[in-house]
Amino acid sequence: MAIFVDETTKVVYQGLTGSQGKFYGLLNREYGTQVVAGTNPKKAGTDVDGIPIFASVGEAVAATGATASCVFIPAPGVKDAVMDAAEGGVEFVVVITEGVPAHDEAWFYNKLERDYPSVQLLGPNCPGIISPGKCNIGITAGHIAKDGGPVGIVSRSGTLTYQALYELKLNDVGVTTCVGIGGDPVPGTSFIDCLRAFEADPETKAVMMIGEIGGSAEEEAAAFIKAGMSKPVVSYIAGVTAPPGKKMGHAGAIVSGGKGTAAAKMEALKDAGAQVALNPTEAGELMVGVVASL
Amino acid sequence: MDLFEYQGKQLFAKYDIPVSTGEVARTADEAVAAADRVGYPVVVKAQVQVGGRGKAGGIKLAANPDECRTHASNILGMDIKGHTVEIVWIERASDIKSEYYASFTLDRAAKLHLGMLSAEGGVDIEQVAAETPDAISRIHVDPVDGLDEAKCREWVVAANLDAEAVDGAVDLLLKLWRCYVDADADLAEVNPLILKPDGGVHALDAKVTLDDNSVFRHPEYSEYQATQVRDEREEAAHEKGLQYVGLDGYVGIIANGAGLAMGTVDIVSQVGGKPANFLDIGGGASAEVMTGALEVIDNDPAVRSIFINIFGGITKGEEVANGIVEALARIEIEAPIVIRLDGTNAEEGRAILEPHLSDSLQMQPTMLEAARQVVELAQARGGE
Repeated sequence: MAIFVDETTKVVYQGLTGSQGKFYGLLNREYGTQVVAGTNPKKAGTDVDGIPIFASVGEAVAATGATASCVFIPAPGVKDAVMDAAEGGVEFVVVITEGVPAHDEAWFYNKLERDYPSVQLLGPNCPGIISPGKCNIGITAGHIAKDGGPVGIVSRSGTLTYQALYELKLNDVGVTTCVGIGGDPVPGTSFIDCLRAFEADPETKAVMMIGEIGGSAEEEAAAFIKAGMSKPVVSYIAGVTAPPGKKMGHAGAIVSGGKGTAAAKMEALKDAGAQVALNPTEAGELMVGVVASL
Repeated sequence: MDLFEYQGKQLFAKYDIPVSTGEVARTADEAVAAADRVGYPVVVKAQVQVGGRGKAGGIKLAANPDECRTHASNILGMDIKGHTVEIVWIERASDIKSEYYASFTLDRAAKLHLGMLSAEGGVDIEQVAAETPDAISRIHVDPVDGLDEAKCREWVVAANLDAEAVDGAVDLLLKLWRCYVDADADLAEVNPLILKPDGGVHALDAKVTLDDNSVFRHPEYSEYQATQVRDEREEAAHEKGLQYVGLDGYVGIIANGAGLAMGTVDIVSQVGGKPANFLDIGGGASAEVMTGALEVIDNDPAVRSIFINIFGGITKGEEVANGIVEALARIEIEAPIVIRLDGTNAEEGRAILEPHLSDSLQMQPTMLEAARQVVELAQARGGE
């Protein structure tokens, strides 16, 4: 099994007619993803390499039965695109676009929570999600992942995710699902959402979690691991040696109260029983060890 | 993007938030002329984008032109935590009855906006937060609902400000909220927010950080961008569209993707080296991008060796390798380079690089081995 997306997921690409949307939409289809539609209000009725274009996600859902959307719309249009997807009736919305204003993210995250609680948002500013061999939505190169499990991956970083997928593949370790939650201030899907889903997924036997400095998402994930994860977790926090950034004002420091540094995150994860690697290569090695002992 | 205090106050003024009248000055003469227009007594305030300027002697009261000239001369050119003061803000001094703290920012954990208000402002508010967290009245604001007057009043009342400050604080904070939202601020902070003897509530300082991602709907940001303070190396990289952060070591780092670049900095440090920078060239690795990145690194005199760490995802190894070969044909780099190329079609990419390898261009199969070698090379060339 996989989490969130699998071979039955039907995806509509918002922005399929743009260069990025077309490039990745067609690559995803080539991988095997059911790419059933695209949207562009100005180009409704046309097609992109045989994929029909509709004016809205609602129309695409009605005509094709799409269950998920992938947003490649430029940042100024993302807020409207997310609402179009939610109103259109898909269950899962992946926003690849980077550079979305934080106030927009905070707005649509809370709007979805309130008015569309069954819709799950992934991103913005994320590489997407891949359930190897079944479905790839976003910009991950599909062939660097080995299918089948037993490892689930959740990551805040794009390239480090690829690195992790690839190192596991070289060691003949498969992945059930790899979720890139993105590094933006208000990610639609959190580490905890993914850890909970991996914990419930019978085919996922171990989880790799890749974090970054800043925010407190890793500390919250650590608390979740401590309280409710029975499966082994291997983690790596990028930015162990990053210099402390200069920050204006006091509000950030008051809110974080000392959280956010790599050291604090690593300590919290160790305390929760996770194995903590010091660099990406070591994370791969640790996971190979975990899988061998399953 | 951080604003200077004077820019923050000018922004506040657009939202009718009471601020002191003042003017910007770049020389002592300008400061005295500004003070004459503003009216004595004035406060001469260093404009730097870093905290602690008061303790560093960057804020002085002047009762007359002589004092204003002396203070402005002393403060201009002063170094405050590595920031040179180039501008002073001359403003009319305010009578202060009480000092408070107020701010709006995004609470990432709660995924809601957060307002914080304290009757114990002016002093070290972080210490107040750590020692007496109850002294800070907090309100979470749902971005969909916004902040209305009733909720704002409840929040202000809970902060236990002086009774006569409540109405003024409610009015000011509603305006500050509007400013925070409309200007797409990551932070709008007033410390101190003051109560004057006449009962007026007034923003005596302004710390504003704007969201760079919202530039597209704020043409007025260009004015602030022009005054941003950047490291020279960062400036050069910024012009080439590269994400660069200068560090103080001697191993130049080029990687694709922010996470991998951070991971590269980590691994170089762990094997005993000191990274000179963080440089993310993004997804592709064309000859143009690679040339630009190498030029930026090569301009840093501290660099003794260079680590190119590329993971090919969608971008294939051959394309990356050709980009590197072409870039090296275009520019001459003195520092030895160690490449680690992995991912999609890495074998093909390595085969392209193979004939170009020498003492000054080496290749290693893993990040760890490459990190060890690049640090060894740097140290052999005097990096320490």
